[in-house]
Amino acid sequence: MNPNDLRFTKTHEWIAADGTVGISDHAQHEITDVVFVDPPKEGKTFKAEEPACAVESVKAAFDIYAPVAGVVTAANKDVAANPALVNQSPYEKGWLYKLTMTSPSDRDKLMTHAQYQEFLKTATH
Amino acid sequence: MPITGDRKIVEELIFEQSVSGRAGIPLPSSDVPRTEPETSIPSALRRRAPADWPEVSEPQVIRHYTRLSQLNYCIDTHFYPLGSCTMKHNPKVNDRMAMLPDFSALHPLRPHELSQGVLEILYEVERWLRELCGMDAFTLQPSAGAQGELTGILVARAYHESRGEKRTKVLIPDSAHGTNPASAATAGLEAVTVRSRPDGQVDLDDLRAKLGSDTALFMMTIPGTLGVFEPQVREIVDLVHRAGALMYMDGANLNALIGLLRPGDLGVDVLHVNVHKTFSTPHGGGGPGAGPVGVKKALEPFLPVPRVVKEGHVYRRNLDYPSSIGKVHGFQGNVGILIRTYCYMRLQGAEGFREMSENAILAANYLRAKLAPLFPKMPKGPFMHEVVVSGEGAFANGVRTLDAAKRLLDYGFYAPTVYFPSIVHEAMMIEPTENESRETLDDFAAAMAAIVEESLTTPEKVKTAPHTTPVRRLDEVKAAREPILRYRRD
Repeated sequence: MNPNDLRFTKTHEWIAADGTVGISDHAQHEITDVVFVDPPKEGKTFKAEEPACAVESVKAAFDIYAPVAGVVTAANKDVAANPALVNQSPYEKGWLYKLTMTSPSDRDKLMTHAQYQEFLKTATH
Repeated sequence: MPITGDRKIVEELIFEQSVSGRAGIPLPSSDVPRTEPETSIPSALRRRAPADWPEVSEPQVIRHYTRLSQLNYCIDTHFYPLGSCTMKHNPKVNDRMAMLPDFSALHPLRPHELSQGVLEILYEVERWLRELCGMDAFTLQPSAGAQGELTGILVARAYHESRGEKRTKVLIPDSAHGTNPASAATAGLEAVTVRSRPDGQVDLDDLRAKLGSDTALFMMTIPGTLGVFEPQVREIVDLVHRAGALMYMDGANLNALIGLLRPGDLGVDVLHVNVHKTFSTPHGGGGPGAGPVGVKKALEPFLPVPRVVKEGHVYRRNLDYPSSIGKVHGFQGNVGILIRTYCYMRLQGAEGFREMSENAILAANYLRAKLAPLFPKMPKGPFMHEVVVSGEGAFANGVRTLDAAKRLLDYGFYAPTVYFPSIVHEAMMIEPTENESRETLDDFAAAMAAIVEESLTTPEKVKTAPHTTPVRRLDEVKAAREPILRYRRD
């Protein structure tokens, strides 16, 4: 997926127009080698900013928040089996799960890739 | 093992040293008639093959384990500035007292009339903790800090339930020890994260927004995991109490407070104490430990049983607390560790504790001053018992905090805690404790300066460190992704 087609959160998740969710290239670099992914169960409902998925690296465990409200329709089985995909391909093979957004317009309120790049320059963490 | 002139040899496993038929101790021939297992043990319970014990001589065993112990980095061999863990000296007199047969050979079921000495010590440890922490009652049962957290949360839950209140949420700052949310979840409550501001202090607006009639507890580490005393603590306690919730203090960092401030006086309702940190008992490779929990009067009825009480001049165990959450450990907890705790209390005395805390703070701030020129992104002090620095802007050429930590091993220092607290980028958390001499702190600061310099001149040397340890850098990623959890002898 082209990062320019994605929307980003301040907590470094991305979400595509079809509801696919992952973490940014910046985030995968920061958390270092991912060793475990615990994706959400299909059918589970999340509010925006609720922890939806857990990712562990050799550094620590991280909650991955739902960028917008929605219902999980699919989880990436490949990353569960091969967590390194999150590092190798954060925008393609390393996606985490898919949401049906409660209200697709919520996504428009998130940052564009250009805005996210600006945000990274000012953010402390 | 190949014969070589290079003495830096990794110790073989005891199984790899095994030679068939070799034995350490010759056993006399048996004077009871032999029974074949086939006739006396049901087949489902029998081994299919003989047990695969290593066959080695006594000197081999002694040399093997002595050499292994010499490969250890430990507080008895090296400066061990592992932040948040308070790796302080374990006075040897503590061990000598705990090993007296009058304690070590006691049976926990011996009647109280014949166990007055040990019961008195347990009673006194509780009394000292009450006084030092400003709390009304303590349980000594929990066997570690994290079990103390769970116990404290269960006690708080029972308290709320006894008042007919349904409070299910535990608010925890994002800078907390990971055990805090884990304990809340284990106790059947929901952990909710409260944001920190960039300076590491609690974001009061976020706290206000999340506090409500469903909040059971706010869990806060004082001083915080950045090593900084939270100046808003009184306001936080007021907010928590006004919402009808309880204030829980994670006492992991009590090492810098004891003798200076009593958590109970701040309005803390529940706290746990890690005796292996503040009270100098060993960090025992996972156990045994002790994590006493202190509470205010209103929560006392819910503490675990049995509790030690004093009636006249007699100490006895009392089980008669109908609202108690029950036992969280067998008998009185890890008594050997509590005897060490008592010994340390008597060694320090009230004055000594104050001096201990002051020296811990002094050592941390001395290191801060020495390290400040090297680390441009250091959180604002003054620090309490530990210093957090960020590797960002300090190390050059892509050298990360992890690399610098590994390189410190080559300089003869145990590596500090890295990548915690997670709110500081490339964090390195250094806790010198009150035990270290100025010379040791100077040497450590000099090693840090040398590593910063190496990151400019010879970065590969840092990135491939350690170079002088028995094994080089371990592949942590492979170990986590493809763990081999069991040794197999092929």
